[in-house]
This record gives sequence, structure tokens and C-alpha cells, in this order.
Amino acid sequence: MTRCLVRPLAEVQREFAAALRDPDLPIPADCVDPDGCPDTKRFAVYRNNVVSSLIESLGESYPAVRRLLGEACFRETARAHAAQDLPRSPVMLEYGAEFPAFLAQFEPLADFPYLSDVARIERAWLESYHAAEAAPLDPSALAGVPEHRAGDLCLTLHPSVRIVQSSFPALSIWHMNIGDAAVQPIDLEGGGEDALVARPEAEVQVRALPAGGALFLAALAENECLAKAAERASESCPEFNLTDHLTGLLATGLVIAGRLKRRRSRGH
Amino acid sequence: MSVLQATPPRRTRNEIPARAGVGLKAPHYRTILETQPDIGFFEVHAENYMGAGGPPHRYLTEIRTRYPLTLHGVGLSIGADRPLDRDHLRRLAELVVRYEPGLFSEHLAWSSHGGLFFNDLLPVPYTLQTLHRVCEHIDQAQEYLGRQMLLENPSTYVAFAESTYWEVDFIAEVARRTGCGLLLDVNNVYVACTNQHWDPTRYIDQFPLSHVRQIHLAGYARDADERGRPLLIDSHDRQVDEIVWDLYARTIEKLGPTPTLIEWDQNLPEWAELQAEATRAEAVLSGQRQNDEMSRASLG
Repeated sequence: MTRCLVRPLAEVQREFAAALRDPDLPIPADCVDPDGCPDTKRFAVYRNNVVSSLIESLGESYPAVRRLLGEACFRETARAHAAQDLPRSPVMLEYGAEFPAFLAQFEPLADFPYLSDVARIERAWLESYHAAEAAPLDPSALAGVPEHRAGDLCLTLHPSVRIVQSSFPALSIWHMNIGDAAVQPIDLEGGGEDALVARPEAEVQVRALPAGGALFLAALAENECLAKAAERASESCPEFNLTDHLTGLLATGLVIAGRLKRRRSRGH
Repeated sequence: MSVLQATPPRRTRNEIPARAGVGLKAPHYRTILETQPDIGFFEVHAENYMGAGGPPHRYLTEIRTRYPLTLHGVGLSIGADRPLDRDHLRRLAELVVRYEPGLFSEHLAWSSHGGLFFNDLLPVPYTLQTLHRVCEHIDQAQEYLGRQMLLENPSTYVAFAESTYWEVDFIAEVARRTGCGLLLDVNNVYVACTNQHWDPTRYIDQFPLSHVRQIHLAGYARDADERGRPLLIDSHDRQVDEIVWDLYARTIEKLGPTPTLIEWDQNLPEWAELQAEATRAEAVLSGQRQNDEMSRASLG
């Protein structure tokens, strides 16, 4: 009579994965040294590889947050994040999307509420960096739109466009903490900033949006027509000027297509 | 229309020469394009080019027009019991079509489990059960990609009590059953042999060299296990160790000139230092080429 002495591979890997995630669990009994003895330090290499590679990956994606926190504090924060958010995909450039939200609720950093918004700018930068290519719309393509129909135009924004709104001067803080930029005092009560992140050409560009710009772009991104988008922007920013914003968008190559919204036929 | 489509690719041949290549890293993109160093080929980690667009694709497209390319996957999780991730296979296939790499390689390891990705190359027990699963996955990958893949020998820190094959026999059996090629990582050989108390010379001598299509060289870090015995870590963060260079020279002597990649993924040096490592590998390869020619001449 034969007995199956070999455990199913699925079970071996389930146990290995569980011990990998939880350093308080004993190491799998079948993971041994060359003499057949268990060795926690050997297994710890895998535990350490996983955590330190995730910390490193996060640090590459969030350089300004890393600089703001300092290396030791960043590593502890990233470690806490990795403990509850492992990657779901082997495409590591997607990892860390939840980090801004994690920072917003991470108790030890509650005194630095702007960190999460700085992280959102960095995430937007990364997404913009990897976004699909698209050719900008030549503004003359819209020349044939009759003036009375201009409000019905629906514009498709470049796939790299991201908008980050903050009630803090998050954009100024970000600017000051990328690379080796010099730091200066910032007034945290000095009002919020909205950032536009986009990569119409080779390099990612980040700039401040004028008042109403974020709402206007958000509306366009939701497929609202120009009239509706301008209306939304004007609600919170009465001085919103549609022509200025539209000209700016087209000139910077952030619109890739335009079409006229179909008007509902009347009389039915 | 994208910028990438605007420049029709006029590529160098996708056959990988028996020369030294270097792992391509973003901080070196510009230097490579500006100085066009004499490098046999470049290799990229497939997963770093799975974004939709952006600078990584722009630079790789430019570099691909000038150099042969090999594609190295780090996330397919071939050693996992779970079925291969179809989405990941599709992404790999897209890269293969887009960049026409001369070789595609992956690891004898697993990295995904229960919907999570551990971002590390985890070891497998060498059993008949694992052999079946690994062969099934390689068959599937080769069929899906429509080409031969290379399987890389792992660096390991633990052994599995249930293993019934020696690593080299296991890998030889996988190659025999699937027809895959092999990527012989000489640093992994040295790391695994030190950690598992095997003889690296015997490892190379027993390895199914006729299946080897590519070689990897990298640096390792030193640590110790619980009982204070040397434990080497496959860290890819420094120069290739002297002892690995010796093992490499011995390998090339048996194998003949074979495409050889310098891997350096952490703690990246300036381009010049990487190129110097490639130059050193190149010297071993050309020395062997001369030896081969001399012995052919004396035979003729």
C-alpha cells in the first residue's frame, strides 16, 4: 500500500505565502537548511526581500514624500503600508496607488495632513508618465464649429491628464521636495492649490491650475460638453473665463479629439 | 497617431550575438543614446515596459533600433501551482510583438499566490508534482508566445525537505520535456551552491549545457545563516565577484561563446562602471573565440 507522503504543491505554497506575510508565524516545517534543519534566518531572507523591495518600489514612486518624511520614517511608513497592501499584479509600476489614501488615515502622521495630497500629485505624475500616447488635436479642426454650437462641443482630454485638488499648498510643497530643490517656509493656511499633471509630449509637466480650472477639466473628463463644464466651473468661480481656459488647453496639446453633442430632436 | 508609430522601426537583427550585454536601466537611457557604446545587446525586465506609453517605451524603441534586445520576465510565476495569469501572458505577447526580442527568459520560481504578488522569486520543491506543473506552464507560455522561452536557474536560501530531485537534474528534465532553452545564471549557481552546500564546479559540469542560450552575471551580498554559515544573497547591487568570474570562464570554456548579460538592478553605478563589467565578460568571450579558432586551425 502506498501513502502519499508529498504534500500538494498548492498547500506548500499556501503555507510559504502565509509565513512570508506574517513574521510572527513559524517558518514552514519543510523549509530547511542543507542538513535538513529549520533555519529562521534563511527563511527571513525571503521575508526581507518582499518587504524591502516593496519599500524601495514605493520610495521610487513617492520621492517627495520620502524626502519630507526622511529615510527612516518613510521606511517605517512604507512598511506599515506594505503590511496591509501587497501588490495584486506583477506589473509593479501599478503598485502604490493606495498609498495617498493610506497616508490620509495613518495615525502616526496625523499632524501632517498635506502629505496625502503631495502623494496624490506624485501618483498622478507616475500615471501620467506611463499613460498612452496620443496626438493633440489641431485647434483648426474646431474652426468649422458654428459659434452657436460651440457650447455643445465635447472634448477628449489627453490620456495623461490628471488633476489634483488640494486644500493645502500641496503643489508648492511637492515642487520644493523633488530633487534637491531648496526649501523655504510655506504657509499651510495660505489656501489650497490645484495641480494639472500631463504629458502631451515626452516629459511630464506639472503646473498650477487657475481658479475654476480643476472643476472645468473634471467636467470635461466626465464627457460633459463645454457649456456644461463652464457652468460647473462658474458655480464656484464666478470670474471663470471659458475662452481663456479653452485656448490654454488647446495650445498645450491637452485635447486630442472634439465632437459635437447631438441635440435632442424636438416635437416628440 | 502616436510618436512611436511616426518613426517606422528599422531594427537591427533580433538574433543575439555571443557577446556581452547589459541590463537596461532608466538612468542610463540618455547616455546610451548619446554615446552609442559598443555593447552586444541590451536586456529589459518585461514588467517595466507594461505601461501604456511614456518615456520607457520611447527610449526602448530608440535603443531597439540600434541594438539587439532580450526580454527577461520577473513576474510570470511559472513555479506557482495556480494557472498562469492570462492577462500577464497577453502583456508579454504584446511586448514580444512590439520589440521582437531575440530571446525571452523567465525564472524557475513563483511569485504570485492567492491574488497577491510578492515581488520576489520564491523557491519550489523539486518533486515530480512540481515538475509536471512547471512543464505545463512552460508549454503554455511557449505556445501562447509562439516561441521558445529560456528558463533561468534560481538562487535559493532554503531547501525543501520533500525535494526528490537535485536542482540540476530537475532543470535538465524540464528542458528535455518542454524543449525550452536555459538561461544559466552563473552568479545564481555560486549563490545556490554556497547556500545549499553543493560544489559549483560539479553544478556546471552536470548542467545540461547544450540547452543553454544565454548567461547572466551579477553581484551578491554576504550574510550568515542561524548557525553562522555563509549565506549569500542574490542582490544585483554590485560588481560580479572574482569567484563568479572564474566560474564563468570555466563555463564558457565548456560551452563556447554565449550571449552574456551583466545584471545590476539595485544601487546603480554610472554607465562607465557597467560598461567595464561588460568589457570584462567580452574579454572572456573573445579569448574563448580565439582558442576555438586555434584548435580548429590545428585540427585542420
